[in-house]
Amino acid sequence: MNHAASPAPSSPPTAPEAPPVVSLRGVSVAFDGPPVLEDISLSVAPGETRILLGPAGVGKSVLLKAIIGLLRPQSGTVRLFDEDISRMPEEKLFPLRSRTGFVFQEGALFDSLTVRDNVAFQLIQEGVSDGEIDARVREALSFVGLEQTFSLFPTALSGGMRRRVAIARALIHHPELILYDSPTGGLDPVTSTTIIELIVKQRDVHATPSMMVTHRLQDAFTLCTHQFDPEENRMVPLPEGEFNSNTTFLMLEEGRVIFDGSLDELVHSSNPFVREFLE
Amino acid sequence: MASIAIDRTAKQIVLTVQEYSLFAGRALLNLFRPPIYWTDFLIQSDIIGFGSVPIVILAGFFTGGVLALQSSATLSAFGATAVTGQFVSITMIRELGAVLTGIMVAGRNASSIASELGSMVVTEQIDAMRALGVDPMRKLVTPRIFASVVMLLLLTIVSDACGIAGGSAVTVFLNHQNGTQYFHQAYEHLHYPDIIQGMVKPLFFGYILGSIGCFYGMRTTGGTEGVGRSTIQAVVTSSVLIIFVDFLITHVLLSVFSS
Repeated sequence: MNHAASPAPSSPPTAPEAPPVVSLRGVSVAFDGPPVLEDISLSVAPGETRILLGPAGVGKSVLLKAIIGLLRPQSGTVRLFDEDISRMPEEKLFPLRSRTGFVFQEGALFDSLTVRDNVAFQLIQEGVSDGEIDARVREALSFVGLEQTFSLFPTALSGGMRRRVAIARALIHHPELILYDSPTGGLDPVTSTTIIELIVKQRDVHATPSMMVTHRLQDAFTLCTHQFDPEENRMVPLPEGEFNSNTTFLMLEEGRVIFDGSLDELVHSSNPFVREFLE
Repeated sequence: MASIAIDRTAKQIVLTVQEYSLFAGRALLNLFRPPIYWTDFLIQSDIIGFGSVPIVILAGFFTGGVLALQSSATLSAFGATAVTGQFVSITMIRELGAVLTGIMVAGRNASSIASELGSMVVTEQIDAMRALGVDPMRKLVTPRIFASVVMLLLLTIVSDACGIAGGSAVTVFLNHQNGTQYFHQAYEHLHYPDIIQGMVKPLFFGYILGSIGCFYGMRTTGGTEGVGRSTIQAVVTSSVLIIFVDFLITHVLLSVFSS
């Protein structure tokens, strides 16, 4: 990693006065035992991509679920789209959640529905016409390169294809925030790169704020050091020494945030846990 | 140590009852508040109702047959085999049609509902649905309960009819008695309170099997092993509850009609 790294000038601009899309203050989550998350504070600004690093079992997925209210914190405040959702009734949360996209660890596709119906799930509930659904599903599947899977059932897809369909399902509604829960976990390097390319494409083409959970450093660094080239329709590396300034890092250790900063700050961190994780 | 374990178990039971009451109440309220997923209701009605017809027909027919065999053997001691039709029809319509159908359908559908929803929970499909802004209580639970109630009522009517037919077959072909007399007795001594008793029970039983299946399915934990556990709990609990509630309803309705 180049220590003299600098933010890429091509990063999408963000309005400085705009409130954060997500804001957590002093959030703690516990189940039956000790807290899984403890005193977590973080935010995601408009247009920002945050990469949540940490070893398995530190509460990364729990944190992601707490952001959209799938899990409720025992203490602290969670604000989503500038609304406090910490104690919000479940029924009021559904409209807010429908403005987000969530890519689950294993895809979480509905196995009794075809790919078409999975991707179109939200549109079907809203009563959108079949013609429009078909067109939008084909567009979303084309974005992830899986047009040929339109009529298949999820069981006929490989693990990587299921994740890509899950990404299409998360994106079809043009979400204002996307949460990726280990989208490359358990996949081969080639498929992982394909999925990271989709995330970079969504970030650079639509400037959608997002948070990605991963324990794969390579994916995190690729996200930070590459951009999507619309002309070539592929991900290309940024010039040597540059990185995407709107892509920043968080690191969790035993339910606590131990690092929050840029790529440059991450690679220069003196925290022993961060150093051990990077090495 | 034993007192601690008893204390913990008692609290767990109370907590489960409380959670079930809230769950079942919320599912009931959803019947009267939009959005109501009619398509899902029709699909579930097909799975729960039409899919259960063969077992209900067979169980009803042979139960009626057994009732005719047993009753005629006893009644012949008093020279009263002519009232076999009355005995079979009243027993089927008041009691056995509803209870047997409830237990048969609970065995088939409470288990399938619990395992289907349980699998969706452990594979995060329920969370995915919530993340997509759709309430699983409205989309999955309410249509299943509503379909269970409506279909169990219709299946009970089918079971009653098959039971009376089974009784008539035994009466005519095995006991060599008069079929017209059988049906005359079956019809003549049947009154509205008998029919009301038989029609009220499946409404409760349908609600029990649907809500218990959904409740245990939706609170599944522990992966595929947990799905199996939820399925067993759903079948056992709904079957026992059906028999218990049958006792309560029978007691109440007999008091009402006798007064």
